[in-house]
Amino acid sequence: MLDSMHEILKTAEQQGVPFWEIVLRGDMEERQVTREASLDKMRLTWRAMLDADSAYQPELRSVSGLVGGDGGRMKTYAETKGSLCGDFLSQVIAVALRTGESNACMRRIVAAPTAGSCGVLPAVLIPCWKAGTYTEEDILHAMYTAAGIGAVISVRASISGAAGGCQAEIGSASAMAAGALVALCGGDGRQIGHAVAMALKNLMGLICDPLGGLVEVPCVKRNVVGAVNAVSCADMALAGIESRIPADEVIDCMGDVGRRLPVEFRETALGGLAVTPFGLQVKEMMKNTAHGE
Amino acid sequence: MLDIFDILGPIMVGPSSSHTAGAVRIGNMARTLLGERVVSAKILLHGSFAQTGQGHGTDKALVAGLLGMKPDDLRIPDSYSVALEEGMSFVFVNGDLKDAHPNTALLEVEGEHGAKLSMQASSTGGGRIRVDKINGVDVGFTGAYNTLVIHSTDISGKLAEVTRLLSQGKVNIANMSLHRSRRGGAVLMVIETDHPVALVVRNLISELPGVQGVTYYVKEAE
Repeated sequence: MLDSMHEILKTAEQQGVPFWEIVLRGDMEERQVTREASLDKMRLTWRAMLDADSAYQPELRSVSGLVGGDGGRMKTYAETKGSLCGDFLSQVIAVALRTGESNACMRRIVAAPTAGSCGVLPAVLIPCWKAGTYTEEDILHAMYTAAGIGAVISVRASISGAAGGCQAEIGSASAMAAGALVALCGGDGRQIGHAVAMALKNLMGLICDPLGGLVEVPCVKRNVVGAVNAVSCADMALAGIESRIPADEVIDCMGDVGRRLPVEFRETALGGLAVTPFGLQVKEMMKNTAHGE
Repeated sequence: MLDIFDILGPIMVGPSSSHTAGAVRIGNMARTLLGERVVSAKILLHGSFAQTGQGHGTDKALVAGLLGMKPDDLRIPDSYSVALEEGMSFVFVNGDLKDAHPNTALLEVEGEHGAKLSMQASSTGGGRIRVDKINGVDVGFTGAYNTLVIHSTDISGKLAEVTRLLSQGKVNIANMSLHRSRRGGAVLMVIETDHPVALVVRNLISELPGVQGVTYYVKEAE
C-alpha cells in the first residue's frame, strides 16, 4: 500500500481523509495494532526527538574530534547578532546541527530515516512546536506524513547511503520533512506531493563521501541543507508552486541515479570529499586508532 | 513487509544504524543464545566492521550488547568500563570471513556456567541484523520475531514433538527451519513465533529426549 505517492493520495482523496490517516491505517494493518497503540508509539518517537535536542551538550566531541559545538555556536550567533536568515530558519539550522552532532557523539537520537540524516525532520518540526501554534496531535500527524513519504521512497528507491548515495539519506529526509511541513501548515495532499518532488529534485545526485567513513564530515552540515531545503520547498508548495515532474517519477529517478553512482560515491570513503588531502589524513588517523581508544 | 517505525526509528545511540545499533543487537543476540551471562568473548570483525568500526563505536556497541544493553542505552559509549565492572573480558581481532556480508562479526563467547557459543551475524541495514551461523552451522534469522533456537540430536520425529508442544501452548509459528552439520549429527531448530513462548512450554521442549538446549530470544518491545 505504501509504495506509491500517487496511490496514497488517490486513496486519501477517495476516502475523504488526510494523507497521514492512510499511513496510520497502514501501520495498524501491518503491525496488527490498535489506533491508540500506533499513536502511542509515534508519540514516543516524537518525544525521543525532543529529548535528543534538549540533551545536546555543546562541549561533546565525536570520536575523530572533528564534530561538536556548532549547534551552540549557531544558537549564540543568532541570539546575539541576529542572522541573515531570520529567527525561524536560524532555529532550523541550530536543531539540525545539534541533532547531527549528538548522533556523531554517540548520544541517543531517532533515525529518520537514517542515523546520518537524523537531524533533518526534528530541525523543521521542533521550531514549529516551540512556536506554540500546533498541538502534539498535529505534530504526530506530520510525523505519519513523513513516515509515509519515507516508506514510499524506501520501497521505490532507497534510503541507504551505501545503496544510493547521500541523496538517498539527506535527500529522502528532506522530502519527508518538506511533506511533513506542508501537512502541518494545512496544505492538501497534492501540495504534499509537490513539496516531496521539489525537495528530492533539489538534492538529486548528492554523493555519500564521508571522511574516514565516519558519520561526521560532511554529514552533520548536510542535515542543515536538507532541513533548509525542506522549508523552502514546503513554502513553495504552500504558495501553489508545482513540480512539473510527479513525485513518484522523481523518486524512481533518484533510485536510478543511486544505482548508477560509482561505488566510490556510496559510503565507501573512496571518493569525493573523503579523498581530499584532508580527508585522507582523517582516514590515516582513524586507521592508527586502536580499539576503544 | 514495511514497518513505518523502521523509517522513523529506531530510537538509538549514534552514530550509525548499521555500525552501532545493529552491532548492539548482534552482541545482545549472542548473549541471549548463550543463555547465560557472558564472562569472556573473542570478537572477529570483518569487512566494513573492521575498516570503520572504531569510528562508529562498533566495538563498544558489540560489547554493550554482550552485556545485555539495547540500542538506545546511553551507557553504550562506556561499555568497556561496564564490562570491567561486571567482570567480562573481551578481545577483538580483524579478519576475513568467506562470503560474508560487509558488516559482519564472528563472536565466540563463554558464559559464567561454562556454556560456549560461536555466532556469526551481520548488520544488514537500518539496525536490522541477521544471524548467519551458530556453532558453524548455517542459519538465517533476524530477531524480528520471538525466536526459539533448539539444539538436539538428529532423531526422527523430533520436529513433530516440538510443534505439538507449541500448538498446545497456543503459539503460532511464523517461520521455521532445520539445520544440521551431517546426518545423525547435531541439529539446530530455529522457530520464529508470532506469540511469546511461555517458560513452561520452553521447559517441556527442553525435557524432550535428545534435546540438549533451548534458548529463547524475545523480540524488542513494540
